[in-house]
Amino acid sequence: MAGSYEGPGDYIGHHLTNLKVATGEGGFWTVHLDTVITSWVLGALGFGFLWLVSRKVTAGVPSKVQAFFELLYEFCDNQIKDIFHGDRRFVVGLGITVFVWVFLMNAMKFLPVDFIAKGFEAVGINYWKPVATADVNTTLALALSVIGLVIFFSFKAKGFGGYMHELFCTPFGSNPILWPFNFLFQLIELVSKPLSLALRLFGNMYAGEIIFLLIALLSIGGLFGVGAGAILHAGWAIFHLLVVPLQAFIFMMLTAVYLALAHESH
Amino acid sequence: MNINMTLLLQALGFAIFIFFTVKFVLPPLAAAIEGRRRQIADGLAEAEKGKAALFTAQKEADKIIAEAKARAAEIVAQAEKERTATIEASKNEARAAGERERAMAAEEIAQLSVKAKEELRDRVAELAVAGAKRILAREINPQVHADLLAQLKAEL
Repeated sequence: MAGSYEGPGDYIGHHLTNLKVATGEGGFWTVHLDTVITSWVLGALGFGFLWLVSRKVTAGVPSKVQAFFELLYEFCDNQIKDIFHGDRRFVVGLGITVFVWVFLMNAMKFLPVDFIAKGFEAVGINYWKPVATADVNTTLALALSVIGLVIFFSFKAKGFGGYMHELFCTPFGSNPILWPFNFLFQLIELVSKPLSLALRLFGNMYAGEIIFLLIALLSIGGLFGVGAGAILHAGWAIFHLLVVPLQAFIFMMLTAVYLALAHESH
Repeated sequence: MNINMTLLLQALGFAIFIFFTVKFVLPPLAAAIEGRRRQIADGLAEAEKGKAALFTAQKEADKIIAEAKARAAEIVAQAEKERTATIEASKNEARAAGERERAMAAEEIAQLSVKAKEELRDRVAELAVAGAKRILAREINPQVHADLLAQLKAEL
């Protein structure tokens, strides 16, 4: 399987390389086309499907698809109801968006690694990393968006003065000498939130991919390797039945928690 | 870990999906769930009201039945009374009729007895006259009395 590669390292490296397109000078202007296309297509499919379902919803006896959607909605709504007080319609919408999108992107892990690589190779595309959440750009984009919303909500709930007061006067006290320390502390908190969101998801997905690739490499060892690899792959995939939704759920819950913290005035 | 333009594109995609979900996907569903919740609440309230109405109706029915029972008992008592009264009346009437009959019979008996006495008296007078006649016939000398008899014949 890894025959056309120079070695295991090359094989893994290849599978973890994004399809890059440069849109300008310098490294920053590179776009990971595979990440963007996979995630946008998945998002369009997922949310388009939910939209189609939501156009036919009825307050009467729900269809099975509607019941499933309602299950998802009620699940997110109940989780968020417990932590976010006040008008939570936007937060629930955000939570469902996060959960569904992250779940779909994570779920690409279930596709066998080489099916995708070989498939795209067949049409002349040499690099295609299917799991968009194993690209730190995606997770960081989500996390930074969430933190943007946290800052926006803080201003909205506390007002400019209130938020400034919180930034400079907590947690140590309102003495002017303590202002820099307070602000430093708050800044660390503000930076650590998106980093913890982004790196947790990215780390999980990236490491999971590496394990999948290592298992795939077992097939170098002949028939026995293929058999062992199949069993191990199945086991790791079954484990990901838990990891994939769990990571999506954690991302959603932390999003709601951060927004609830921002929304609550102290 | 190279951060680049992809991040901005993903953030843009995220924003679009959030907007789409919040604006178009969730409101109909939330409205449907809310509508169903209201329907269920209304249904429960209706059921509660129906139960209360049933309770009232049951009480009303019980009252009416009790009233009807009382009325029936009254009617039965009334009828009983009337029956007794009627029986008493007919008894009295019958007794009165019997009394009258007896009185009439007694009167007739009395009349008959008077009549019989009179007849008897007449017969006694006749017998007395006959007896007297026989006594006289023996005592009277027809010659002595012939003038008298002749006188009587003449007068006839």
